[in-house]
Amino acid sequence: MSRFMIERRGTAVLAGVATAALALSACGVASTSSGGSAGELTLWTHNAGNPAELGVINQIVADYNASQSKYTVKLQAFPQESYNDAVVAAATAKKLPCVLDADAPTVPNWAYAGYLTPLDLPQDLVSKQLKSTLGNYQGKLYSIGMYDAALGLFARKSALEAAGVRIATVDNPWTAQEFADALAKIKADGKYQYAFDLGTGDSGTEWWTYGYSPFLQSFGGDLIDRNGYKTAGGVLNGDAALKWASWFQGLVKNGYTPAKSSTDAFADFVNGKSAMVWSGIWHSGNLSKLGADGIVMPPPDFGNGPKIGGGSWQWAVSSTCGEKAAAMDYITFSLNKKYLAEMAEKQNVIPATEEAAAMVDGWQPGGAKRFFLDESAKYAMIRPPTPGYPFLTTTFAKAAQDIIAGGDPKTILDQAVSDIDADLKANNHYGF
Amino acid sequence: MATITTTRDGVPRAASQPTRGRPDRGFGTIGGYIGRTVLALFFAFPIIFMFASSLKPDNQIFADLSSLRAFLPVGDISMDNYKAVFDTVPAWRFLANSIGVSLLTVVLGVLVNSLAAFALSRMRWRGRGFVLAAIIATLVVPFETFALPLLWWVNKLPWLVMQNGQPMWTLGWLDSYQVQIIPFIANAFSIYLYYSYFSTIPKELDEAARIDGASWFRIYRSIIMPLAGPATATVAILTFLPAWNQFLWPLMAVQSENLRPVMVGVQYFFQLDVAWGPMMAYASLITIPVLALFLSFQRAFIGSIASSGVKG
Repeated sequence: MSRFMIERRGTAVLAGVATAALALSACGVASTSSGGSAGELTLWTHNAGNPAELGVINQIVADYNASQSKYTVKLQAFPQESYNDAVVAAATAKKLPCVLDADAPTVPNWAYAGYLTPLDLPQDLVSKQLKSTLGNYQGKLYSIGMYDAALGLFARKSALEAAGVRIATVDNPWTAQEFADALAKIKADGKYQYAFDLGTGDSGTEWWTYGYSPFLQSFGGDLIDRNGYKTAGGVLNGDAALKWASWFQGLVKNGYTPAKSSTDAFADFVNGKSAMVWSGIWHSGNLSKLGADGIVMPPPDFGNGPKIGGGSWQWAVSSTCGEKAAAMDYITFSLNKKYLAEMAEKQNVIPATEEAAAMVDGWQPGGAKRFFLDESAKYAMIRPPTPGYPFLTTTFAKAAQDIIAGGDPKTILDQAVSDIDADLKANNHYGF
Repeated sequence: MATITTTRDGVPRAASQPTRGRPDRGFGTIGGYIGRTVLALFFAFPIIFMFASSLKPDNQIFADLSSLRAFLPVGDISMDNYKAVFDTVPAWRFLANSIGVSLLTVVLGVLVNSLAAFALSRMRWRGRGFVLAAIIATLVVPFETFALPLLWWVNKLPWLVMQNGQPMWTLGWLDSYQVQIIPFIANAFSIYLYYSYFSTIPKELDEAARIDGASWFRIYRSIIMPLAGPATATVAILTFLPAWNQFLWPLMAVQSENLRPVMVGVQYFFQLDVAWGPMMAYASLITIPVLALFLSFQRAFIGSIASSGVKG
């Protein structure tokens, strides 16, 4: 092949590429924007793989789309475990949807990061909601939920009766001493490998905070000083926190709870490995496998009243949404009591309003499921509404894991406070 | 000129190169077989557990954990978990997406990386060593460190689509198939593996072909690549596995459910009340294509690793 031929071929290729480039440059540009195209509201939700909850949301979206012709809501469902990562990635690419749900403790962080816009909803609608279903940050409402979840002390009635221990109720929870006696008696009974399974097999950070920080709060400690949100000093490493840590570690040292539970502590409880398990409302369906022997009780009062974590998944509107009024309209539509009732029934969660609770069997006063609503209304404590929460929860979870593993509580909690305070300082206290 | 022979695994070898003797027979061999059997069982246990558990209800999975029953399909076994998989996840769609994305990544990866390695290994040009060093240097950079910059970058790239019969540019590759394929075609490890393998093929073959008037592409297509079968098999498997196992990237770059790959589907089962049985059934389903691929290419794969000394 001669050089001349190569050059001719090269020139032809270059000419072809140039022609193609010119032709393509003459093409139009299709527009894409955050939150959906004109007349379309994109909605993201965390419940892919959860047909019960997703079914209700699909129904709401279908009803809303049928109720008016101006906007079409388009739903995208993501698996819960990876939902936050998908949202953060979309925010990076400026591709957030208009409407999205958010786990309550992440709302202040997303609001602070500029992902969310304050909600503008009818006051009479907001005022009916359980307080733990409202996501407030710096005095503004950023999210609102259709339901809440709650933790409980699931137990075998027969185990308590055999140990001669009374059954605790929302109005009359166990004291710390009663709980200690119950654990000792059930262990002495010898029928169960563990008297109480904390569920420490879940390596997910949020479970450790959602599950175990309420015990800390019941002792009188907390993750951060809520008076200003500028330090964790004194609340996470004070006397109350040290008492909590000592009790928490003692559960393992005394052989009441496994240092590391199996991956599904509730399955072990149902299989008779443990007499009591610390878990959530989402397992109340599995409790029915024990028939009348399966009961649920509130957590013990360690001095500052029983505590459980408050706040579950809630709806929010992105700051980049081009149709904010329509997004607010959709959220208002979705909070209709019939949808709240349907969600409570299908998903087995606490309905966000008393009106909705009255519509669902079991949730009315005296009903079989009412325990969780009463417990939540009386004992739920919102996780600290600060943008620094992601760091708080990671740090607390690590500290709790180290304490359970047998580390020195004071050293661990002092280090946790030091780390949290350094993060708060590095982020200028997140605007507080 | 040295005499070149090709071994059964396709590796060119000089005729004078010594071959290994036969292994000893007798007690040592029996001990070897026992050892290998134990090791094989040890490594197979997770897969056996997965398949056995995929047939059991959740409570039985945990009840069996403390005994050998965990590895046996005994007790209350049924196909209910497999039915539940299809009620929870659009499994066929996810499988089709992963097969398509993985195969395209493999085919394009083999082509692009072998061409790059050919240029580095067989052609003489200034800066060749520097380019090779730069490519190898990228091996030490984990994907997680540049995932966000990559996301930002692909969000700015144009793509040509047809809208109402008219070609239109769209900006951003997010939520598409191409975003799951194109960033993973060029692969430093594949280039290095091809480069290493090509270097074992005598240069005399190129020289003879050049004298006969063959172009560089003809040498690549008709001489080098046919001799590089084991390397191609290794690259195919080592490209297929990460493509099949993609999780973080599609999670970040793909929003539509109908574009998602199989690994994202695993998380559909991680609800607060984890569905362990259906998850094991789903894991079994998505493992079958990988096992089939590995078993198909096993001989070539091992041959390439043995000859190139490269481990994946």
